[in-house]
Amino acid sequence: MDSMDEIKREREKWEKEMLAKNPISPTKTTSGIDVDVVYTPADLEEIDYSRDLGFPGKFPFTRGVYPTMFRGNLWSMRQYAGFADAEESNRRFKYLLEQGQSGLSVAFDLPTQMGFDSDNPMVRADVGRVGVAVDTLRDMEILFDGIPLDKITTSFTINATAAIILAMYLAVAEKQGVPMEKVGGTLQNEILKEYIARGTFIFPPRPSLRLVVDIIDFCKNRVPRMNTINFSGYHVREAGSNAIQEAAYCLSSAITYVEEVLKRGIDIDDFASRIAFHLIVGLDFFEEIAKIRATRSLWAKIAKERFKAKNPKSMMLRLFCGSSAREATLREPLNNIIRATIDMMGIVFAGAQSASILSYDEAYTIPTEESALISLRTQQIIGYETGIAKVVDPLGGSYYLESLTHRMEKEIKALIDEIDAAGGMLCCIETGKIQMDVLKNAYEIEKRKQSGETVIVGVNKFVDEQKQDEEIVLTKIDPRLSEKQIQRLHQVKAARDNKKVEKALKALREKAMGTENLVPSIQEAVKEYATVGEICDTLREVFGEHQESVVL
Amino acid sequence: MAIRVLIAKPGLDGHDKGAKTVAVALKNAGMEVVYTGRRQSVDQIVITAIQEGVDVIGLSILSGVHIEITEQLMEKMKEKKLETIPVVVGGVIPHQDRAVLKRMGVREVFPIGSTFEEIVQGITKIAKEGNRR
Repeated sequence: MDSMDEIKREREKWEKEMLAKNPISPTKTTSGIDVDVVYTPADLEEIDYSRDLGFPGKFPFTRGVYPTMFRGNLWSMRQYAGFADAEESNRRFKYLLEQGQSGLSVAFDLPTQMGFDSDNPMVRADVGRVGVAVDTLRDMEILFDGIPLDKITTSFTINATAAIILAMYLAVAEKQGVPMEKVGGTLQNEILKEYIARGTFIFPPRPSLRLVVDIIDFCKNRVPRMNTINFSGYHVREAGSNAIQEAAYCLSSAITYVEEVLKRGIDIDDFASRIAFHLIVGLDFFEEIAKIRATRSLWAKIAKERFKAKNPKSMMLRLFCGSSAREATLREPLNNIIRATIDMMGIVFAGAQSASILSYDEAYTIPTEESALISLRTQQIIGYETGIAKVVDPLGGSYYLESLTHRMEKEIKALIDEIDAAGGMLCCIETGKIQMDVLKNAYEIEKRKQSGETVIVGVNKFVDEQKQDEEIVLTKIDPRLSEKQIQRLHQVKAARDNKKVEKALKALREKAMGTENLVPSIQEAVKEYATVGEICDTLREVFGEHQESVVL
Repeated sequence: MAIRVLIAKPGLDGHDKGAKTVAVALKNAGMEVVYTGRRQSVDQIVITAIQEGVDVIGLSILSGVHIEITEQLMEKMKEKKLETIPVVVGGVIPHQDRAVLKRMGVREVFPIGSTFEEIVQGITKIAKEGNRR
């Protein structure tokens, strides 16, 4: 075998001979890491196979969290769905399940996510727009009508109102005769990134963190199949961060949450096997795959070394991956199918446990049935027709990918250390530092797009002027929808026992002023058909509302 | 005198990357920019516009409610006799909705894909002209 010195010498020679005539222009990954024109074993000098990569299913899990990965079971295909009201969304859910989707992923409308009832005049226009409207348990009963909750697992993109949605889901299961211990699913329940990016916060960060931990604590013995939090880098990336920031902010937030749970005297191994991560895979193919491999290895080390986990399950980064939405274009929207296909291949090479990819019309609005089906079919074709899922981590060993994974790990770790030194993620969010850094990067990305330095086919290069104002069929929300939803809400309110509702809300208020776990009181209120708005208003009285400080 | 622009995020939509990057671009172009932050009611936006004495109001909406929200804002502006302040709208605005917004009195629509340069030039022109009625 060649010695490293020999390879290095050969490389120098090659550069002189070959590159003298063909000079290469410098280029970088989207996170700004220099990209060489070719990689060799000499780029892997710092990597120790057993220490840094190892075997799938073994610490540090760089190559995957399960030993056989997709050879046994493909990832779970979980397209994000939900719009209008519970009836419409229930129909879409059943359709996707009939077409072979493995589980559900619910999109809620903004009023539900932010704790407002549909009849609140301030939120009328938003009812049922970006997801399904849920006001009371009645809506959840309709939403999951005919869907057996002991067989189907559901992922909920829900944060500030996660405890309410959890309580409603458990109540629906109970009505179906499914006990809590058999109910499985995932709650996003990741409030910190709402202050940086997504924006569906209600209360200030600290009481919000309490609710997050209440859910983790409540579920750990009672709802053991529920993934209680999804540490999310996805949304911060969409808001403009680069891949290094995405991973570092996600892991730093994870550290903050874990510390909060540990403060309650709960052992890391009692809950860490039920946490999951949510990251993005976009078009910068190799960097995205490297980022995920690096993040997997970093989380394993954080869990083991920083938090002293003993159970290997606590060290496994179980991953829900999404394709990139910011890279989808309004122009020539069908091209987004190709973009999502490439992202999806990256998701498979990165070894995610579940995936949802963008539909071609989602740069405009929520998908139609047709576009949602194409996304599911894309996942199925990659999974069943291409054969790329047969071998675990098939790109592992690529000189480039390994070298980039190693470099990403270093960069992400350095940023985590920086955040630690500045007092941790919560402090950095409260001071606005993170928001500022994300905005700076977002501005630079936008400038590069506008200058044409970042090529977007059909948008800033190869523009077909004829297609500039193409019209496609988009999901239309019936303008009478909010009327219908409000009517249902009022019917529920008229039929329920208002005395019992008041009593439940009063009990919740008292508990909120203390330190007890709030989930049981929220369960009581939900079962009496208290509304999302009523429950949140009760908590608003105690916790106050978050006022965003704007940094520009 | 520098042009004063209010960049506002009405409704519950949390996507503020566009609003914030455009605000930075307008600032870099020498304008004075007031950014409201997310989750503003139409009433709050109108009050801020009066208090800050802005020349142009820019709404950023990505959640599909641009028609309803803009309609509410235009009505409120009329009620407060602020029709002289031009309004522009940015965000995810499907082609077929651009004419609808203009019929409501919106001066310009800057859908996703508009460049900073187009937005700066557009707002400069509109601010100079004002709303002649």
